[in-house]
Amino acid sequence: MQVFSSVRDPLVTGGKTVGDVSHDISRHVENKPPRSWWLALAISLVVLAYGLYCVCTVLWNGIGVWGLNKTVGWAWDITNFVWWVGIGHAGTLISAILLLFRQKWRMSINRAAEAMTIFAVICAATFPLIHMGRLWLGFYWALPLPNAFGSLWANFNSPLLWDVFAISTYFTVSLVFWYIGLIPDFATIRDRAVAQGSMLRAQIYNAMSFGWQGGAKTWMRYEAVALILAGLSTPLVLSVHTIVSMDFATSVIPGWHTTIFPPYFVAGAIFSGFAMVLTLLLITRVVFKLEDYITIYHIELMNIIIIVTGSVVGIAYITELFISWYSGVEYEGYAFYNRVQGPYAWSYWSMMTCNVISPQLFWIKKIRTSIVATFVLSIVVNIGMWFERFVIIVTSLHRDYVPSSWTYFHPTKYDIGEYLFTFGLFFTAFLLFAKFFPVINMAEVKSIVKTDSEKVSH
Amino acid sequence: MNADKNFLVGVFNDEVVLLDGIKKVRTSGLKIHEVFSPFPVHGIDDALGLKRSRLPRAAFLFGLTGTTLALTMQIWMLGYDWPMIIGGKNYASLPPFIPVTFELTVLLSALGMVATFLIVSDMKPYKWPRQFDIRSTDDKHVMAIDLALNSGKSKDEIARILREAGASEVNEKNFE
Repeated sequence: MQVFSSVRDPLVTGGKTVGDVSHDISRHVENKPPRSWWLALAISLVVLAYGLYCVCTVLWNGIGVWGLNKTVGWAWDITNFVWWVGIGHAGTLISAILLLFRQKWRMSINRAAEAMTIFAVICAATFPLIHMGRLWLGFYWALPLPNAFGSLWANFNSPLLWDVFAISTYFTVSLVFWYIGLIPDFATIRDRAVAQGSMLRAQIYNAMSFGWQGGAKTWMRYEAVALILAGLSTPLVLSVHTIVSMDFATSVIPGWHTTIFPPYFVAGAIFSGFAMVLTLLLITRVVFKLEDYITIYHIELMNIIIIVTGSVVGIAYITELFISWYSGVEYEGYAFYNRVQGPYAWSYWSMMTCNVISPQLFWIKKIRTSIVATFVLSIVVNIGMWFERFVIIVTSLHRDYVPSSWTYFHPTKYDIGEYLFTFGLFFTAFLLFAKFFPVINMAEVKSIVKTDSEKVSH
Repeated sequence: MNADKNFLVGVFNDEVVLLDGIKKVRTSGLKIHEVFSPFPVHGIDDALGLKRSRLPRAAFLFGLTGTTLALTMQIWMLGYDWPMIIGGKNYASLPPFIPVTFELTVLLSALGMVATFLIVSDMKPYKWPRQFDIRSTDDKHVMAIDLALNSGKSKDEIARILREAGASEVNEKNFE
């Protein structure tokens, strides 16, 4: 005998039935997209084209066209890399960690969040690839392949190599997890296409659904697979940003050589990722009229996660500052004094304002349930998180041990253009996803459309 | 009459009715071919008497393969094939090998398990499934009864049992 509680509010509003879920979500795949979608795609493609020109210039001329100099050898490229990888983390947190915690509100947002993860990781990967300069030789530098340099293997002691394995595993496992979730929904679209007499669409979506039928036995195996993938993805997502932070933490540069980096980076990643999920979903729910599926309640819960992770990040900043003084290490102390007071103080204080102060506004219920305020703050948080990485990377480098090599970093149009390239890539991919794939996990949402009190009455 | 060709298909509107219906159909002595649902119904595996999936074991074994492969590769490459002193550590020093070992464990475990799932469930892109009722991916739960395997009962009797179990429609479906 099952006992149901009706304490919680329904997660899907508007009195939707199971059939409504198929209709409301599949119709965006079946119908012509709205004009706003075409406009957004056109803008993304223009940005992508300009970015591609800049990327090609970098590949043709070498990374000398960037604003790097002999003191600041890492700047925008690695900042953007860490920023994009961080954004990806929210998707896995929503789909894997919230699954393990049985948080059913994840169900209407996990699909779009996972798509965001995959596109964000692709964007992130472009930076180290391009930074290699001659990326066609990169296979031998990054992968343990037999080669013509004697048989000198890749260095497994290097965090940069761990990164190669972490990012590519993360990308592959996230892609598989996302695709497994899509399979039943592709079958729904296929069967609707059969009913509508559109055989070409039926054939395409059948191939994508691997001939899914939805038998009880297959569903049982499917759920076992989803649970284990969630169990594997949870430590994986924590390992990815941990390893990214080790790119810095295992070095001896003051400002990077810090043991709190792994948890600090993971919290920051989830923080920025949730902000990006909010930015995307607030637009998607309006354009595709999904207000009954992505409700204010969902937005409020995500904002609460932003308060938590934002506060963790704030504490990490203050700890770092305190330890640099308390350690008594002159160089460490100067690195932080320079961040707060030096020529890059503007970026440090932008970071502090955007990441530490702005999320605290979500303590006020009116703000965390306001769509406009959430949208604005989600962008503010992402700007702040970009500055965090910029501050860590550039301010730790620009004042070397020898004052004669002190310098200031200025980005060129190619630094900016390559960042724009990833924006064009990200939004083009996301818009294509939103048109051709079901943006909400129909099969999962169907299992929660009925409130539990309704189940008892049967 | 050949098996796996002629079916009676009961259509259920609600998963709670369905779970109850499965028990009724099974106690009446009918063998259920398969039940198709638009979403996973909890408790359906018990109702149908399905055994727990062994996929977790497959995942574990694939994971173990990944661990072994990663450790062997790193220890052989940096410890034996081209030994080098890096940072004053031993040739085959274990701690720096842990991240790659972990990643490859996860990678092989995930890919191996998903591949096993697709193979045992006979899922492939070029396969068009036998559809008992196309609404089973929309909002209906569909129970298929193989007539040849239930030859002890007449078609009308089976239809009556399905209706009594809560099916809103009962249709005949024949595959050539």
